[in-house]
Amino acid sequence: MNAKVVALALLAGGLFAGALPAIDTTQLPDPALQERYEALTHELRCMQCQNQSIADSPVGLASDLRREVAEQLVAGKSDTQVREYMAARYGDFILFRPRLSARTAWLWALPGVLLLAGGVIAWRVVRQRARLAANDPDFNADDSER
Amino acid sequence: MNRFLLPLAAFVLLAIVLGVGIRNSDTKGVVASPLVGRPAPQFVLPNLLDPDTPFDSRTMAGRWYALNVWGTWCIECRVEHAALVAAKAAGQLPIIGLNWKDDPTSAVAWLAQLGDPYEATAVDAEGRVAIDYGVYGAPETFLIDPQGIIVHKHIGPLSAEIWERDFIARAVSR
Repeated sequence: MNAKVVALALLAGGLFAGALPAIDTTQLPDPALQERYEALTHELRCMQCQNQSIADSPVGLASDLRREVAEQLVAGKSDTQVREYMAARYGDFILFRPRLSARTAWLWALPGVLLLAGGVIAWRVVRQRARLAANDPDFNADDSER
Repeated sequence: MNRFLLPLAAFVLLAIVLGVGIRNSDTKGVVASPLVGRPAPQFVLPNLLDPDTPFDSRTMAGRWYALNVWGTWCIECRVEHAALVAAKAAGQLPIIGLNWKDDPTSAVAWLAQLGDPYEATAVDAEGRVAIDYGVYGAPETFLIDPQGIIVHKHIGPLSAEIWERDFIARAVSR
């Protein structure tokens, strides 16, 4: 890519980053709590905007939910308890990382199933080609365009 | 033959998965509440028009009622307000207002100007009760039965038609 374009893009990115105010300035007393707080607020969906986490959203409800997370962590609640608290009120939809349940089991199993299916298909194609190449002296293995 | 069978099977499977997903989802963009069928969270909050007597949701026990979440900042609330006032006039089902993260002065002025459809208006200045009810956008209206169970939740502005079909019909039929 053109060096000038890259420089311009970097400059524009820098300008926008500078113009964005920090949405969440919460500081918890304990660095470990702060770390958990930041992780949790990034995996809870902002229900009003739906494609942002509550950590990234400036709307009122997101800040209320951040306050709730902060208060519960300071009160000694576990991450799981906070997630359950949110899901009990807003449904599983608020969790960006779906929990493993009867309803979501297929979601977790699907990548494995697809990988397995892909493997089987690839194995069969390779075998079929090998057989064709062995039987047909004119078969060109490099001929992938049909 | 076999070459077409596998992609076809994959396509049918995908179509079924997507079809089920679409059928199971409610109206577009509306997230089903896990609270329907569960006890309505109890709360005690200041009463907008009667600051000396806090509103206690337990006083509604034994009656059907609707809990309407609103705010003067909410444009759709203005849209549904006439339907609420008409519902109040019909007198079939009491409505409790939950004034969500609002300026009390504006809220009082709103009720004086547009009419007050509420038996009482609870002031949720910090939005904590709204969180307990899983509220994510006003207006939202809950139908609560005499045992205090949430029977139905409506998201978005009410109309006379929706009020009749989803609230009155449910409350009267049981």
